Amino acid sequence: MITGEQKPFEEIWNMVKDFKKVLVFGCNTCVAICHAGGGKEAEILASLLRMRAAEEGAAIEINHAAVERHCEPEFFQPVMENIRTYDLILSTACGVGVNLLSENIGDIPVFPAINTEFFGAVPRAGEFTELCAGCGNCILHLTGGICPIARCSKSLLNGPCGGTNNGNCEVSPDIKCAWVLIYDRMKKLNKLDLMKEINEAKDWSKAQGPRNFKVKVLEEIKK
Amino acid sequence: MSFQEILDSGKFAVTAEIGPPKGTDIKEMYHHIEVLKGKIDVANVTDNQSAVMRISSLAVCKIVLDNGMEPVLQMTCRDRNRIGLQADLLGASVLGIHNVLCLTGDHVNAGDHKQAKSVYDVESVQLLKIVEGMNNGKDMSGNEMKGGTKFYAGAVVTPEANPLEPQLVKFEKKVKAGAKFFQTQAIYDMEKFKTFMAYARKFPVKVLAGIVVLKSAGMANFMNKNVPGISVPQVLIDELKAAGKEKSLETGINIAARHIKQLKDEKVCDGVHIMAIGMEDKVPMIMERAGLL
Repeated sequence: MITGEQKPFEEIWNMVKDFKKVLVFGCNTCVAICHAGGGKEAEILASLLRMRAAEEGAAIEINHAAVERHCEPEFFQPVMENIRTYDLILSTACGVGVNLLSENIGDIPVFPAINTEFFGAVPRAGEFTELCAGCGNCILHLTGGICPIARCSKSLLNGPCGGTNNGNCEVSPDIKCAWVLIYDRMKKLNKLDLMKEINEAKDWSKAQGPRNFKVKVLEEIKK
Repeated sequence: MSFQEILDSGKFAVTAEIGPPKGTDIKEMYHHIEVLKGKIDVANVTDNQSAVMRISSLAVCKIVLDNGMEPVLQMTCRDRNRIGLQADLLGASVLGIHNVLCLTGDHVNAGDHKQAKSVYDVESVQLLKIVEGMNNGKDMSGNEMKGGTKFYAGAVVTPEANPLEPQLVKFEKKVKAGAKFFQTQAIYDMEKFKTFMAYARKFPVKVLAGIVVLKSAGMANFMNKNVPGISVPQVLIDELKAAGKEKSLETGINIAARHIKQLKDEKVCDGVHIMAIGMEDKVPMIMERAGLL
């Protein structure tokens, strides 16, 4: 899932303070799970902004709403007529949602209320961790199912750097050294020989945007 | 004699570092070059060491060369992609710089531009392969170049990395990728290093042991706690402590000299790499006490 964290309130306030009618628009899928941008968070943010507006004596009408997803037009199209009555949409969806809504809404600005972080796992409730970087060229079969692109601070492909530190990364003791994890896993799988082979330099062209693809089967059917 | 010839001759080699400064005032750096010239065999020029921005390694290598000393171009993969790395390798080659130490590079998190975007398009093992390809007249994409390079390529290894096994897998990959010499992270435990060397001797590479002078017991404790892959044995810390504040640097220098002498006398490895970190002035003294001058 896509993870994100709400921007600092001051930054958000500075984005909205000069508008007259603002909709805080939530997305009830990924960013709702990370308690950053669902309908609930949109509602709370809207009331915080109303309080601030009252404090500052700013005449802003601030409402909130949410739909299931912002990354597919069919989910926000039904409310489009309503949201076009605002002069700012403060989206709490991920950046994908902000982009897509901007493309579809016409001349109304859509601003981000959250910082979109990564797509990650939820190992425990309220905890999010990046396990895949979406690099477009998966090598997990060579690394024991542990991704060094996402999980090594340097995205190394051939083993740990000199900064490996008792199983942790030199960057932070909170980060496990991906290559120690890979080594241990490969050892358990009896696949250390695979780790000894040199992984060639990566084709980063697959990881760089703008990226898009079409489902081949559907394309065939259309023809 | 070139660095490669020195190592191939079996002479116990001594390398040290020239650290480019931040800024254009290079008087002190010139002084370090003068101090080391004629004493050490080659000078490694560090590449934005610890991710702290400084004069480029390539430019300083040329200065070292022009001042009568053979340089080793340290090249990290942190700041340049494969195009930049190859361009600088070609640049070095035409400037007469023919030794290169291929490193992945400290993370930007360690340095003074923590918000920088790290590159790591390739890493140390792949950079060694790039160098090997360029030595064979081809760039990384396989394009024929008009004139190839003739680099003597090296790499680093951390003999006291914890855990060690994954580090050794990488060491072997570096050998396979074309590393001809290794300069190690600082080592302090001679017995442990001998065990590492017994393993490393199985490979056709030259190994120079990393020597970092301990200035005090405090520094030793700090490194044990904060520098990955460095482990100063308690007996050395006690020795520094016993020397007292005034004599501790002197004791640290003696420890370094003693280690170097032992490594040479017992033919443990092929040379030493002295990382003086601001104490370049002391390198000749260390060498003297180790019986090398």
